[in-house]
Amino acid sequence: MSESMVDGTTQVAGRTLPDKTLGQIYVDNPRVKARDVNVFYGDKRAIDNISLDIGASQVISFIGPSGCGKSTFLRCLNRMNDTIDICRVEGEIKIDDQNIYDPLVDVVSLRARVGMVFQKANPFPKSIFDNIAYGPTIHGLATSKVELEQIVESSLQRAGLWEEVKDRLDQPGTGLSGGQQQRLCIARAIAVSPEVILMDEPCSALDPIATAKVEELIHELREQYTIVIVTHSMQQAARVSDRTAYFHLGKLIEVGDTKQVFTNPNHELTQDYITGRFG
Amino acid sequence: MTDVSPKGLSPKQASERVALSITSRNRKEARFLFLGQLAVAVAMGFLILLFAGILNKGMPGFFQYYVALDVRLDAGRLDPTNQMTLESLAGGDFDGVIRDSLYQALGNPEGRKAKREARRLISSGSGQRLMTYVLDHPEHLGSTVSVQFAVDDDVDTFLRGLISREIPEMDRRISDQLIDYIDALDAQGRISYEISDYLFFGSASRDAEMAGIRGALVGSILTLLVCVVIAFPLGVATAVYLEEMAPKNRLTEIIEININNLAAVPSVVFGIMGLAIFIVAFGMPRSIPLVGGVVLALMTLPTIIISSRAAIRAVPPSIRDAALGIGASKIQTIMHHVLPLAMPGILTGTIIGMAQALGETAPLLMIGMVAFIVDVPSGINDPGTVLPVQIFMWADFAERMFIQKTSAAIIILLTFLITMNAAAIFLRKKLERRW
Repeated sequence: MSESMVDGTTQVAGRTLPDKTLGQIYVDNPRVKARDVNVFYGDKRAIDNISLDIGASQVISFIGPSGCGKSTFLRCLNRMNDTIDICRVEGEIKIDDQNIYDPLVDVVSLRARVGMVFQKANPFPKSIFDNIAYGPTIHGLATSKVELEQIVESSLQRAGLWEEVKDRLDQPGTGLSGGQQQRLCIARAIAVSPEVILMDEPCSALDPIATAKVEELIHELREQYTIVIVTHSMQQAARVSDRTAYFHLGKLIEVGDTKQVFTNPNHELTQDYITGRFG
Repeated sequence: MTDVSPKGLSPKQASERVALSITSRNRKEARFLFLGQLAVAVAMGFLILLFAGILNKGMPGFFQYYVALDVRLDAGRLDPTNQMTLESLAGGDFDGVIRDSLYQALGNPEGRKAKREARRLISSGSGQRLMTYVLDHPEHLGSTVSVQFAVDDDVDTFLRGLISREIPEMDRRISDQLIDYIDALDAQGRISYEISDYLFFGSASRDAEMAGIRGALVGSILTLLVCVVIAFPLGVATAVYLEEMAPKNRLTEIIEININNLAAVPSVVFGIMGLAIFIVAFGMPRSIPLVGGVVLALMTLPTIIISSRAAIRAVPPSIRDAALGIGASKIQTIMHHVLPLAMPGILTGTIIGMAQALGETAPLLMIGMVAFIVDVPSGINDPGTVLPVQIFMWADFAERMFIQKTSAAIIILLTFLITMNAAAIFLRKKLERRW
């Protein structure tokens, strides 16, 4: 992909990058408000001045070619980027009107509010029960063993995994199939009752049947949670999300209702990407 | 001049050239395989030779010759004050009682020279042995009992057939008279070849027949205990800090380089450091397992740190992400997930380090653990020695019987090491999560 500076504007793949994000950045009932977010890896700018609202009870999907910064932006939302030494975040991200990059904010309690599901299913090498119970235990969510068991059961129920594993809760979570493992990770995330769930390409390693189950699950969870999903699959974005944001080279090119973005994109780059001209 | 056309090699040309290269590739592979197998075979051969040699030399060291004497336990001579305590018995004439029964068994030899030769037959520690016997069996006082005493090391060597009767009397360490006595006792069935209790329960001694490893074994255990108590937590904590918490800056880099360098420092240097710091500067006593353990801990620290770091690094980052993503703090992530998963590797490294420390001699010589200490150390503050140093000392002694004792002690040290390694493998297998 060629990138050159022509007359002060950045040219990418023969298209001009917009000065600012197209579409509707703001929503009526935002849970997450990101303003002028810049992320640097050392000297390299990975996220370039992104502002975005994410509404409560809404699924938003981040799409874009590899290396466009969508995962980086996602990981800003629960400060997982803190674990990378050379990573620096500027700007403001507010969740429920609290700036999560405020020095007073405890990252542990933030991550209890903003759960995360990773690209590769990563259950702990412990039993299915312990996988789910770990979060509630460290956050002190259950006051008794019975309560803990209830939390585990309801989390597995909501993740649609209960019927499949209820007879083998003491068996290792790593012994499940790939799709089941990913749903186990989702159950583990919702066990701590977060407000926001971040999903970083949750279905990239799953077969179509397992993918369908996870998407079904996202449909059911949208009532209760704000869900942000990074995906490489245009169809998935179209199927599960209310809004879609298109990232390119660290910039948020455009964001809008999923239907509008897929049928009538504002920018040529988005058009090129969703029609499969590159990506 | 090449056959490569502008369009590249044709498939036919290419397959011909591949066929050509395949023979030489296969030859190279076969050669490499052969060299590898040869290396393993040579290593195994030497190992077998080593073990065969040690076992061959050492097994006799586990046995020694005893002579059974009928001793009349005369209360008046052995316990003059009739108190039956260690102090009161110290005044008893145990050597005299044994001497009398020895003379009796030999048909009461006449003359000073004959008697002196007779006394050379049994170990000089026999009086001590009889005293212990009386203390253990006070009810036998006043009666005549049969007690086994070790024979003197020269007699033992003769009985093993290592001193020939053919050698002229002047050139051998035992006289004709003594040989006659030995034959006489043997004819009475008093001489027996049995498992050596001195080897296991005796301590350091200049008399080969009484020398044992008990003191050194206890010393080794105490020293290793101190070593593991200091080195394991310190090493694991350092590894965790360096891997999981330390900022990646110049200072951390310097620390890392220095730790890696420490692993290559000759062990005797640690001994000199222990001498300078703990004994000279802190004024701690010499020869104690506490100082030995600390010195060995410093020596094993780099091994533990390096292997622990490798084990921690091998824990997949996805596990850390999972724990952090759910809201576990850094310490919780480490304690609940990273350390348990790294533990098999950490334990293996630790036990390898401990095995190294167990076999270490040089640094302990520096801090005086080479001293001749007869008493078994009763604590980490009691002077003592350790197995390898004991072996080192025995190997230095001239008496022939020490050769067997040294080999026996080496076998015990090796058994100790193999047990430790087996424990390492067992722990590893037990802790390793196979899912």
